[in-house]
Amino acid sequence: MWEVFKKEIRSFLGSFIAYIVMGVFLAITGLFMWIIKGNNVLDLGVASLQVMFNIAPYILIFLVSAITMRSLSEERRLGTIEILTTRPVSDLSILMGKYLAAVALIVFTLLPTLFYYYTIQQLADPLQGTDAGATWGSYFGLILLAASYASIGLFASSLTDNQIVSLIISMVLCFFWFGVLSLLGDIKALDAIGKSLEWFSLDFHYQSISRGVLDTRDVIYFFGFIATFLGATKMAFESRKW
Amino acid sequence: MSIQVNNLSKKYGHQLALDSISFSIPSGEVVGFLGPNGAGKSTTMKILTGYIPASSGDASVCGLDLAEQSLEVRKLVGYLPEHNPLYLDMYISEYLLFAAGIAGVKNTKKALEMAIELTQLGPERNKKIGQLSKGYRQRVGLAQALIHDPKVLILDEPTSGLDPNQVVEIRNVIKNLGSEKTVLLSTHIMQEVEAMCNRVILINKGKIIADNTLEGLKETAPSDSLETIFRNLTSHVGSI
Repeated sequence: MWEVFKKEIRSFLGSFIAYIVMGVFLAITGLFMWIIKGNNVLDLGVASLQVMFNIAPYILIFLVSAITMRSLSEERRLGTIEILTTRPVSDLSILMGKYLAAVALIVFTLLPTLFYYYTIQQLADPLQGTDAGATWGSYFGLILLAASYASIGLFASSLTDNQIVSLIISMVLCFFWFGVLSLLGDIKALDAIGKSLEWFSLDFHYQSISRGVLDTRDVIYFFGFIATFLGATKMAFESRKW
Repeated sequence: MSIQVNNLSKKYGHQLALDSISFSIPSGEVVGFLGPNGAGKSTTMKILTGYIPASSGDASVCGLDLAEQSLEVRKLVGYLPEHNPLYLDMYISEYLLFAAGIAGVKNTKKALEMAIELTQLGPERNKKIGQLSKGYRQRVGLAQALIHDPKVLILDEPTSGLDPNQVVEIRNVIKNLGSEKTVLLSTHIMQEVEAMCNRVILINKGKIIADNTLEGLKETAPSDSLETIFRNLTSHVGSI
């Protein structure tokens, strides 16, 4: 598994995808936090990273899909999948190596934003400080959310040998599970059905963890979500055996 | 027996690609797997390397059952797939170290040096795979297949698409390997077999139509060339 993990990390760093993803993420969150007029931190005058945590899920839909789009589809296009799967490693460890590499890259992308948190701590009213619980909760939620996106992305890339198709499938699925399902809860006509559908959305549990209260149900939801998509990936990956 | 195959069949949907074939290869033999395109050569090799399962029948490598001890079998087998798939953006040594690691080799540096020496990749070792000529890419594919010092080598058309000089070079590499390993290689070129193999398994439309030593095959029609024998066998199935 770690051999595949190392190879993936190297290929991220070698292909510039990693740098583009990190650069774009920091640039967009930075713009919204500090520069774009309206509700940036300085205009609002509230010492919190809420602005970033509100837009990050949407930026990550694109970025995580871009990270995972090639992971399996490129192996299929090149034919190297035939070498990988005939080595003495199980299919599951190939998939986990690729999955964990994508998650590691995302965590690494989020790290520099800790600098924003430091800045806000310095700007905050010394008597009140910042809401540490909500901030760390939000970081935790964001990582779980991005890890869920990564499982969707890996699944999408197992379906096709075309990277662009993989990217689009991944973005549509991510947007559906994050955005569309949670919007259903706001539709009055759907009433209770809409509310229960909302419970299945990634957004619902992301918001819940972001409040800074760690509810095991949310964590279980995320891990279940990831396991489900990795399971589906494994099935698609092994379709050659059918 | 290095490779033992019993009544192996493979169906793709309704299409029967392999029709109950059986053969066995003792260790140390270099066997040419011969047949026209679409005869079932690649399918057999994909099954033997564990890439796809057989529909029925069983096979074993070095006494280990293919279906039940798949991971153990893969440690003993080196495989060069058809069209020699490679990561073009990787450096040769980077790729071979990865190949060694994923094959479960402990001392990957040593394995790298061994594979580079066997395939004579030395002068090009610091290049990216994408920059290499086809002949050198084929050597990288071979190096990948033998990096973990496998007992059995399965090579799917190792010389296709190479120029005559490169063909001779690759043949020499394989011939040298054949002195200590069991090699099963597929081709549809007769001279190839003459140059490298002790034995020929001829396959057509999913069935084995001849399994003989090279001399034995020549004796069946002493006046004909190997090419003619091949054409006669594969165009009139059942005449033997």
